[in-house]
Amino acid sequence: MASDGSLLTTRFEDGRLELAGSGSWTAAHAAELESLVDRVSPDAKRAKNVSIDMGGVREFDTFGAWLLERLTRQWTALGGKAKIVGLPEHDRHLLEEMSAVNREAAPARPRTGAIISALASVGRGVTGVGRDLLTFANMFGAIGVAAVRVMSRPKDFRFTSAVHQLDRVCWQAVPIILLITFLIGGIIAQQGIFHFRKFGAELYAVDLVGILILREIGVLIVAIMVAGRSGSSYTAELGSMMMREEIDALRTMGFDPVEVLILPRVLVLLIAMPVLTFIGCMAALFGGGLVALLYGGMSPEIFISRLEEAISLTHFKVGMVKAPFMGLVIGVVACAEGLLVKGSAESLGLQTTASVVKSIFLVIVLDGLFAIFFASIGM
Amino acid sequence: MKGNGNTVISVRDLVVGFGETLVLDHLSLDVRAGEIMGVVGGSGAGKSVLLRTIIGLLPKRHGTIEVLGVDFDEADDAKRRALERRWGVLFQQGALFSSLTVLQNVQFPMRENLKLSQRLMDEMALAKLEMVGLTAADAEKFPAELSGGMTKRAALARALALDPEIVFLDEPTSGLDPISAGDFDALIKTLQRTLGLTVFMVTHDLESLYTVCDRVAALADGRIVAVGPMSTMLECTHPWVQTYFQGKRGGMLTKRVSPIETEAP
Repeated sequence: MASDGSLLTTRFEDGRLELAGSGSWTAAHAAELESLVDRVSPDAKRAKNVSIDMGGVREFDTFGAWLLERLTRQWTALGGKAKIVGLPEHDRHLLEEMSAVNREAAPARPRTGAIISALASVGRGVTGVGRDLLTFANMFGAIGVAAVRVMSRPKDFRFTSAVHQLDRVCWQAVPIILLITFLIGGIIAQQGIFHFRKFGAELYAVDLVGILILREIGVLIVAIMVAGRSGSSYTAELGSMMMREEIDALRTMGFDPVEVLILPRVLVLLIAMPVLTFIGCMAALFGGGLVALLYGGMSPEIFISRLEEAISLTHFKVGMVKAPFMGLVIGVVACAEGLLVKGSAESLGLQTTASVVKSIFLVIVLDGLFAIFFASIGM
Repeated sequence: MKGNGNTVISVRDLVVGFGETLVLDHLSLDVRAGEIMGVVGGSGAGKSVLLRTIIGLLPKRHGTIEVLGVDFDEADDAKRRALERRWGVLFQQGALFSSLTVLQNVQFPMRENLKLSQRLMDEMALAKLEMVGLTAADAEKFPAELSGGMTKRAALARALALDPEIVFLDEPTSGLDPISAGDFDALIKTLQRTLGLTVFMVTHDLESLYTVCDRVAALADGRIVAVGPMSTMLECTHPWVQTYFQGKRGGMLTKRVSPIETEAP
């Protein structure tokens, strides 16, 4: 490796600056060379004539050539003259090549202050919310139109695709849904028994488990699982189809991507959500009963008869009615976000994240609205 | 180090296969320093497989590959990385990092491998972009905003970022219109001359073979069936090579190859 001094040596004599380069003027030594070159620049201001002897340079690449060019350019700008000697023929070509570049200043990047950019990002966020709502409404409308169109000619419905999606979204989701809801049911029962025991009201833990699971938790947990599991995969699928122009190809062949790709997916979610919610609720009640037996010492007979008193069909209906609506929200958000994917891998990731976050958020908002609605109609 | 006829890539007895199929069957090939070597072959003949095996992306079953005197199998990690720094690769689709701007893409190898000031990196990256025919205005764009030809140019600038000794090009002119492809060929030739590069080019483009390649290697049946300048290709008796170069499209070029050493074959 060339040491500090050997890349560039300087001699200053009565207004004449003589530089001698040697060693490797290559990318590997570019950092060192740059500092050496910068160091001689002030000297050059005092010098009338500068000559650079490149005879000792063994290796020379674009990095070395550019630094040499930069040096001579600085002096020329100051009105000095720089002479380069001892450069081999092919390296001279390279230097000529480099003398043509960087002539135009790079466009200045717009810089804004921290406060302005913070304000701008808030503003962008707010308009983004509005735009999101519009996008979702648009997607909802498009799905509605496609559904009506397909109803008038049912043969065009993508039945195979729908069955395939149903397998992925519903059937393959059953094990994980069973497991999660079973655990949640158990946890609620344990917490209920633990706290109600202080008042000697352990039996009410069954009310807690039954009502909470059937009305709220069952459907919410399932919706969150489905948003994370199927919503994200919808967005990623449609997004990568956007990236590879598959959706444009469909369009140019006269197919409506909403009808071909999105309608079956969303319809499947409408079916899958109630099914999974039912399965989930049952698993959660089973989990609750098991914990009541093992932790609370409550026999299954007592648990079931208490459950019979505590819950009614209304609670069950309240939970189940919400399920398809939540499926619709997840489907609309996932598909709309998928179609927003641009060319880059980063945008696919961003849109998939956005899809999951927004659909979970909207599912919870929807659940709140339903709670108000059911309370006001007395269910 | 330039054009002195030394062998920089030496492939010996190479076997590469996937499952049951054998793609490369005891293939041997030498590439000399400072030359532009074009590799041709039918679709699926294994041109890209050969390139990807040489740069270490695909595993081989048998044989040795030496690049710049380093055998990849025997080299340790540090040696491999040092070797990888001495070559640049232009992938078929450009493979620019989509989350970085063009300028950042070109600076990426510099940033990771060298400790340079931001100013020097900016200047060098812009210089490389200008050398491949892009402007400072293009530098701030993201890969998704570039046309096909610009993507190839930007990817070439990134491949050249560290002044490599060898550049691997995987179908550099595919998907370009004839004018852009011609420009790109000229660019490769100019860069090879000024930077003293060795170029290993996989291509389908007869025009590029004719205009830029010093030597051509024809790949068929898993081996190199002919290697040499274009005139050798035209004299070759292998059926595939004959069809390729004497066929409808190849035939147009035969007339233009400077009178084939006018001895009767």
